[in-house]
Parts: sequence; structure tokens; C-alpha cells
Amino acid sequence: MAVIELREISKVFSATSRNEKDVEALRRVSFTVKDGEFVCIVGPSGCGKTTILRIIAGLEESTSGSVLLDGTMVAGPGPDRGMVFQEYALLPWRTVVGNVQLGPEIHGVDSETRRKIADYLVGLVGLHGFENKYPRELSGGMKQRVAIARSLANDPKVLLMDEPFGSLDAQTRTMMQDEVLGIWGKTKKTVIFVTHSVEEAVYLADRIVLLTARPASVKESYDMRTSRPRNRLHHEFVEMRSKILTALSEEVGRENWRA
Amino acid sequence: MKAVTHRHLRILSVVLAVLVWQVIGWLGVFPRHLLPWPTSVLTSLISLSASGELASHVLISLTRVVAGFIIAAGIGIPLGIAIGWSKIAESLAEPVLEIVRPIPPIAWIPIAMLWFGLGFKPAVFLIFIGAFFPILLNTVAGVRGTSKVLVEAVRTLGASDRDTLVKVVTPSSVPSIVAGLRIGVGVGWMCLVAAEMTGAGSGLGYMVIYYSGILETSNVMVGMLVIGAIGYAMSYAIEKVEDHLLRWRE
Repeated sequence: MAVIELREISKVFSATSRNEKDVEALRRVSFTVKDGEFVCIVGPSGCGKTTILRIIAGLEESTSGSVLLDGTMVAGPGPDRGMVFQEYALLPWRTVVGNVQLGPEIHGVDSETRRKIADYLVGLVGLHGFENKYPRELSGGMKQRVAIARSLANDPKVLLMDEPFGSLDAQTRTMMQDEVLGIWGKTKKTVIFVTHSVEEAVYLADRIVLLTARPASVKESYDMRTSRPRNRLHHEFVEMRSKILTALSEEVGRENWRA
Repeated sequence: MKAVTHRHLRILSVVLAVLVWQVIGWLGVFPRHLLPWPTSVLTSLISLSASGELASHVLISLTRVVAGFIIAAGIGIPLGIAIGWSKIAESLAEPVLEIVRPIPPIAWIPIAMLWFGLGFKPAVFLIFIGAFFPILLNTVAGVRGTSKVLVEAVRTLGASDRDTLVKVVTPSSVPSIVAGLRIGVGVGWMCLVAAEMTGAGSGLGYMVIYYSGILETSNVMVGMLVIGAIGYAMSYAIEKVEDHLLRWRE
């Protein structure tokens, strides 16, 4: 079981100097993610999508409201929530296996078990043969596979993905989307995936949570009923995509008007 | 082909320097007993080596520099990590260090001699003073330069403060620490020679000052060239260690 519940999360970033103003990033954001669900969060850029993820991960504290994982309040980072960063965040002095083993190593798992976990996960993300390579020897897509494997090594209840494919080229990105769906299918993890690409969200998600412009709150939630693999040219796909894009552009428009 | 050419140029560089030296000698800019010719220096090198005198000076100088350097690294690296990592350590240590740091190592010689007398101890102390600050400051810079996202990544994996320090902050500071060690060994070596010239009865610095006093200039130049060669060798050795330690780097 891994149910994530956000209850009226608000976040205000306090001004750090006199000529700055407090920034209200999130205003009473509430939504629930069901066990095993793949939820994508989309919204205008700079609206606070990443902040929501960081609060769930425990890297940031909310100003008010709470995050519940299986009914228990989340405080600080923990191995029950794995996070994948846009910048991969691999330790450059560790090999692929060294990076994947990091979580179990921190938790004192013995080296043989660690080795087994790493071996399985390296295979799961399709990197057999690259075990002893350093990150600098890998392409962007491969680095992100390593990062996904590393976050799975702790066997987290939830996988938090922060624009993981944002810096990949279009082709690799498409490939990685299928890859992540494959991994999700095998591991049955609950996934919260932040993206600024509506198309990516429509391709991946069970449900899409659309945020308003800053301060962000939930504008709309869309259930995706089409079966996978989805055809990006199918009329249902195109309709859903344009429906969400229209709603999103209202928000982008509002933001521009305010600025 | 290109590598061979560069190698040739490097050899040429040394040959040219010796040639210029010899030409200045022939021109008589300085009398020969003040500027000995390369051939006389070579002869002195051979006789000083044969007698074992040079080796004993080299050995004692190296022992001092290694001792001072190890103490400097042993204190500088942990202290640097503490200052870079903890605001409390920073506020406690930095004011004092900032006042002590601008004092040139040479200015420590008189007090070092009063505290430690002559010979091994004041020299080691001076090397420590010279090598300590480059090592410390580079370590602090390395720790502070640790990527925030790497720290966050291991936090989400469940890392404690200690795990973060051991598994992320320290390894990510290694390039900077090694750079500090390289600078530190160079400064330490210079300080050693200065210390031996004023407060020691052995070592390469002593050898140089001793033979200049009795106008054995070719022995002086042997001493100077050996000091240069050893300084170069130490820096080269650290560079090799660096290449090995940092083979993961781009």
C-alpha cells in the first residue's frame, strides 16, 4: 500500500533581503494519489510543481498543511520515497553499480545482498554490461536509467520524478517514457511525475493534476482512461492533449497578465 | 609524431638554458669563481654524490618536508572539512585563521628558533606553517563547492549527516584537496630551504648557505639545482596520484 495524500499544502518562501518580497508558491494544494497510480503534475513553468515534489520528498518544509504517506505524516526525507532529479545527481566518482548500491549501503545492507539488488536493477533498466562505467562515460538517457535504478534500490513505496527527461533529446525522451512505463508495470510503484510537457503527461499518466499559475493550487484533475501503449496520433489522445493545453494556456495567460 | 616533437622541444629547452649559461660564462659577466661553468657544476655534482654528502642532505631535507607536510595535511584536511561543513566551526576558527594567515612563513623563523631551537623541529614547524594554509583553504573551498543536488539525492536515499559527509562531501572535495596538497608541498619546500638556511646545520638549504660562505659556488649551484629538481619531482608525483584518484573526472 502506498497512498499519498496532500492536505492543504501551502508554501511561502520568505524574502531573504529587504528589497525582496515573500513569494507565495503554493496555496492549499490538496490531492490524493492512489496505490500504484501513475500521476503526472503539469502547470505553467515556475508555478511550483517541483516545490510540491520536494515537499513530498521531505527536502522542503511546507508552510502549512501536511503530506501523509499511508496515513502517516511525512517529516524529512526517507527511503520510503525515492526521488529522481532532472540533473541525474549521480555521484561521479562511483560507477553504475556503486551508485545503484548507495541506498542499501547507507542502510547497512550486506555487500552480497547489495550486489544482488544492484544486479537486478541494472538489468531492469537495461544497463547490463555497463556496471563498471563511470557516469561521465554514459549518455544522458543512461544516466537517468542509473538514477531510476538507484532510487528503486531502497524499494521505496513512492517514486517521485522531477522532470526526469527534461534535458534529454526528443528521441531519447520518447524511449525513456516507454522505459519508465515498463519499470512501473514491473514494480507496481506509486509514481508522481512532474513534467512541463502535456504530451508526456498524456502519454504516461493514469491521472493528470493541472496546477494554476502562482500561487499554485489544483485547477483540474484529468482521469486518463485510454489503455496503454497509447497512440500519440489517436484522436482521443489528441483531444485530451488539446483540452489540457487549452486549460494550461489560460493559466499561462494569467501569469503573463500579472507580470 | 607530435608527441615526439614536443619531447624534443622539452630537451631543447634544457640544452638551451645550459648553453646560455655557458655563453654568459664565456663572456665573463661574472668571474668564473662566482658563476661556475656548467662543466664545473657537473664535476661538483659527481664528487658531492660520490662522497655521500649530497645524499645525506637530501635525505634530511626530505624527512623534514615529509614530516611537516604530513602534520599540515593531518590537521588542515579535517579542520577544512569541519569549517566548510559546519557554520559553528567556521565562526569559531575563521577569525583567528584570517589573522594568522597573512603572516609570511619566513616571519615565523625567529620565533620558531626560540621555541624549537635549531635543526629538525623548527624546520618542520616552518613547513607546517607554509603548507597548512593552502591545504586548509582548498579543503574548505572543496567542501563548500559540493553540489547541492548530490547532497539532496543522498538525503532522499535516507542518508544521515554523517553518511552525507562521508559519502558525498568528502569525496567531492578530493579534487580541491589534492590541489591544496600540491600547492602546500611547493610552499613547504620553499619554507624548508629558508629554515635550513637560517637555523640548521644540515639539509640542502644549509648546504647552499655553507658553501656560499666559503665561496664554493659550484657546490652552491649543485644545491640549488637539486632543490629545484626535488620540488619538481614532488609536484609531479602528486599530479600522478591525482590522475589516479580522479580517474572518474571528465
